[in-house]
Amino acid sequence: MSAATATAPNPLLQIRGVKTYYGKIIALKGVDLDVNEGEIVTLIGANGAGKSTLMMTIFGNPRAREGQILYQGQDITRTETHDIAKLGIAQSPEGRRVFPRMTVFENLQMGSAVPGMQYFNDDLERICTIFPRLKERLQQRAGTLSGGEQQMLAIARALMCRPKLLLLDEPSLGLAPIIVRQIFEVIKDVNKREGMTVFLVEQNAFHALKLAHRAYVMVNGLITMSGTGKELLADPRVQSAYLEGGRH
Amino acid sequence: MSGPVRSDAPGASEVSETFEFQKALREAFWAALVALGLFGLIVGLKTDQTLSNEIVLKPRPGLLAAMVGAVFIGSLLRNWVVWNRARAAMHRTASGSRIDMQKVEQIGLPAFIAFLSVFPVIVIFTAGWGSVPKWVDNFGILILIYIMLGWGLNIVVGLAGLLDLGYVAFYAIGSYTYALLALHFGFNFWLALPVAGAMAAMWGILLGFPVLRLRGDYLAIVTLAFGEIIYLVALNWRDFTGGGAGLSAPRIDFFGIPFGAGDTDFSARFGLEHSPAYRTIFLYYVILVLALTTAWVTLRLKRLPVGRAWEALREDEIACRAVGMNTTNTKLTAFAIGAMFGGFAGAFFGARQAFITPESFVFEQSALILAIVVLGGAGSLVGVVLAAIVLIGGSEILRELEFLKPVIGEDPSKFRMLIVGGGMVLMMLWRPRGLIAARAPSIFLKERKMIGSENVKEGHG
Repeated sequence: MSAATATAPNPLLQIRGVKTYYGKIIALKGVDLDVNEGEIVTLIGANGAGKSTLMMTIFGNPRAREGQILYQGQDITRTETHDIAKLGIAQSPEGRRVFPRMTVFENLQMGSAVPGMQYFNDDLERICTIFPRLKERLQQRAGTLSGGEQQMLAIARALMCRPKLLLLDEPSLGLAPIIVRQIFEVIKDVNKREGMTVFLVEQNAFHALKLAHRAYVMVNGLITMSGTGKELLADPRVQSAYLEGGRH
Repeated sequence: MSGPVRSDAPGASEVSETFEFQKALREAFWAALVALGLFGLIVGLKTDQTLSNEIVLKPRPGLLAAMVGAVFIGSLLRNWVVWNRARAAMHRTASGSRIDMQKVEQIGLPAFIAFLSVFPVIVIFTAGWGSVPKWVDNFGILILIYIMLGWGLNIVVGLAGLLDLGYVAFYAIGSYTYALLALHFGFNFWLALPVAGAMAAMWGILLGFPVLRLRGDYLAIVTLAFGEIIYLVALNWRDFTGGGAGLSAPRIDFFGIPFGAGDTDFSARFGLEHSPAYRTIFLYYVILVLALTTAWVTLRLKRLPVGRAWEALREDEIACRAVGMNTTNTKLTAFAIGAMFGGFAGAFFGARQAFITPESFVFEQSALILAIVVLGGAGSLVGVVLAAIVLIGGSEILRELEFLKPVIGEDPSKFRMLIVGGGMVLMMLWRPRGLIAARAPSIFLKERKMIGSENVKEGHG
């Protein structure tokens, strides 16, 4: 696949006027967002802006009370979470959430449940070339890995699902700058080589915007700005709000 | 951690040990003094009624001395042995738990099964036919029932991580299904057994549906309530269940041949002298097979995707959803399969007792089964066996200690729950993650490596 900057955008995920509530409290106030095939799309925003809620809403947990989520033109707003995964969306949830008492190998197997175990060996090899560190640690308990390795495992587990769309929620959370750079390098690589579409939610705005083809800024449950990654990086409002001191 | 400053230099260790013993001695002395003050009036003096209806004080110095002495020795042991060892454990590297868990599971399990299958023979040869009711029935069968219940609950609590405080409800459903089918439709044990399992599994699913969204404490409360509801229904729906008066159920038969004294019964047909011991021994092998089936199914399921899904569910539900797992179905299968084995055990219980009342299915039973699973180390089959032997065998042994009656003034078996509680506290001190606290990966590359409890979160098996 020759993807990257697609000339004629082919929408993979379309989010239209999505409103999500936690009880009576509104978290997303009508979000519109597009992810085209082959793109890396980044969503940046402050704490509590609703980034992770949007990520979880795509997965149907919590559900959007209003609006529509279309995946490949199909309405998935009311689809069961596990069925959404079967459509080819994989998620690396916030806070990594690997299975701590299972080995790295078993964690990866869990990821293979959706496409089926016949792909497991091929995928395992692919993962081992992407993350040589995980290869060394296959038989180790996931809970004993370092934070960076756990994040790699979380992404690797999502990749084992053979997704068309990879959702990453704050992969840089709590990691040392050098590890962050490595992980972002992997995301870029997967997108370039395999043409995988990536939707990335980040607080680490500088790295995330540099990586993104297109990006959105979310404030208080609303998208306030959008553009290419470069445009937003150069935007003075973005710079003052999200990039001050953020260059590491 | 908060102990006295301990020097790790090799020369200093002896000095510090003497110092620690002195300290333990001192602490034990103070504990004994406090005990003397507390027990002096409560235990040391007893009010008694004379024939003329007067109240007199009777001093009991012997009992008081025994209790204070017990406190002294207990405190000394705790300070000297337990805490010292706990500190020593902290200095050990995380690599080595002293018992090789891998060996325990690998050698222990087949050896144990072999022992179990010849256990009645051993009893007959060493203690004679007369001791069959005591050793095979009271010890063997009873312990095996609890092992089976423990293994069944282990699927729900140990593997899927769903805390179930009402497991005895499924045991009750199994028992009543058997008794009622026998009463109204003349089913024998073998016909009723699968129905009892299916019935319990169905109720497991019925219970599962409303509680799917719950986790942890909330789930525990709902299951607790479910256990109580089943108990109360059994107690109060007199027309159907016989209420507190109970139901009689037919005794087990040898695949259609009853164990009676008649001409066509078991002993006559096989040319044996009539003895109730045959039935007991047959019951023993039935529950042995049922229990081993439970273990075998558990081991198989652990290797199948559903078993892996249960284990993943115990660890992180959100992550399970993220990899596209249907958590609803996963939980329901855990509930249903766990309940099914409870139902089998219940039907067996009915066939063994020949008479069931709601009093056999009180909350205490649920707590006991859960205690077996937790003490054994959630998820470990061998651990459940050890815990069942200790808890059930232990309380049966208490019944045997009649000679203690004059010493402590009560029937020793009344102290059963006290011993269970004491055992729990000691466990929390020594092995907070259960007797067998390790998990072997179900799939491995070159060799199976057990993962010790040192690397596991507290309270996670």
